[in-house]
Amino acid sequence: MKRRIAYYQGCSLEGLAIEYDTSTRAVCEALDVELVEIPDWSCCGSTPAHSHDALLSAVLAGRNLAIAESTGCELAMTPCPGCLKSLKGALQAFHNQSERDVFLEILAMPFTGHIKAISILQLLYEIIGVDEISRRVIRPLNDLVLAPYYGCLLSRPAQFAEFDDPENPISMDELLVGAGAKLVDFPYKTECCGATYGVTRNQIVARLTGRILDMAAGLGAQAIVVACPLCQQNLDLRQSQVNRYWKRRFDIPVVYITQLLGLALGLEPEQLAWDKLFVEPDWPLTAPAVERDHLEKAQS
Amino acid sequence: MERIHTLAIQQTCDIGFISKVEEASGQHISKCYQCGNCTASCAYTHVYDYPVNQIMRLVQLGQKKAVLQSRSIWLCATCQACTTRCPNNLDVARIMETLRIMSRQENMVAERDIELFYHEFLESIKAFGRVFETGLLPMFSLKAGKPFTDMDLAPRVLKKGKLAFLPQRIKGRKQVAAIFHRFEAHQLKRTEELRQAGLTQPVEGDSHPDECE
Repeated sequence: MKRRIAYYQGCSLEGLAIEYDTSTRAVCEALDVELVEIPDWSCCGSTPAHSHDALLSAVLAGRNLAIAESTGCELAMTPCPGCLKSLKGALQAFHNQSERDVFLEILAMPFTGHIKAISILQLLYEIIGVDEISRRVIRPLNDLVLAPYYGCLLSRPAQFAEFDDPENPISMDELLVGAGAKLVDFPYKTECCGATYGVTRNQIVARLTGRILDMAAGLGAQAIVVACPLCQQNLDLRQSQVNRYWKRRFDIPVVYITQLLGLALGLEPEQLAWDKLFVEPDWPLTAPAVERDHLEKAQS
Repeated sequence: MERIHTLAIQQTCDIGFISKVEEASGQHISKCYQCGNCTASCAYTHVYDYPVNQIMRLVQLGQKKAVLQSRSIWLCATCQACTTRCPNNLDVARIMETLRIMSRQENMVAERDIELFYHEFLESIKAFGRVFETGLLPMFSLKAGKPFTDMDLAPRVLKKGKLAFLPQRIKGRKQVAAIFHRFEAHQLKRTEELRQAGLTQPVEGDSHPDECE
């Protein structure tokens, strides 16, 4: 049976992270998940809202969950960890007795709080599962050496994220290995990329992102794999600024987990918007598809 | 040589500040025993004026002005490394966020550009319902007096077709603006209630040294 899940793409995925949106939709379709885009969704408020006031952040995100509930879906999925944090903040405010009344008063929409918010990684790893996804791999990512980079928020703080491990997350690792890739043992999995300071304090991002790129390059990774639009933007779009700051020549593609899984599932690069990456891979995107039984022989 | 920055903590202690931070963050700041795990985990100490463990200590000592005027609270990216590693389960990042909010409310913000960027971001949501990246950056650059912010990236973003020239005006943008208005009205009402109950914070400089005896 097809799974039906409300989809909150968030503002980044309309602009600089368009390839994350395209590849998320394509991978979900390939995995028989029906994504119901939340009608007329609005911005979750992001860091500026929760730095302003937790209640404002909760209500801005809450509007989207209230609409999502009206679609009849029990889960709302977002690929963006920042959006996920805001959506969960809304549910936290609603379920907190002392905040609920004022939350609903400012929201001024019907809301039951029954819906749950999850990330794309949770959908892939916990709900669909590595086994099912690797069973469907027809074009394994053979010989690709990858550095899985999770960033800060996907599994932190532990009690809030309720997903994977806050110090050594492994969900992306397992998904990638299941798709046939090789991984470097990446010690900077959860080191911060510089977050939202790209515009206001450029050198912070250049410094922090440079360390991550340096480690990945030093370990021989052919790409860094991410699941966050802000991490991707800092590592990919700003790689030229990092090179200027550190006087280096990093040239490492920074790709979304959904783009790689999409290839492994047999989708074409155009369906996954590979051409939108700033640092383009110098390795072939599509090795020939392998027949299922050949693959199993090769694995055994 | 850099001048050593000293604080006369007995004279500037504001005991009410400690409980206000504890209440707003839901954290018992006294649990911090200065092990330094937060600072060891922090990726931003190189730009902070006070490392995060010192911020915790200053809060314990009621040093409202030093804390709320610090750069650190605005340069914290809420990456949660400190919260993850605190042996006393303090949500350190949440305390930093609480302090950030308080510093804006008390008009003590040291990092004006970051505050301005957040403000323009929220204005963009209020106007369009979603954030309009292409409009946000020039607006910030202009107001911050940094007209060349990220100019080097513009041609590449353009070439990739990632720049939208018009904002996505969602149908519910008035609904979103109404959320802002109801929130602001709620804030005003709350401030007024606190004022009437005589619970407002003393104004800057009006500290109560003897309360720390």
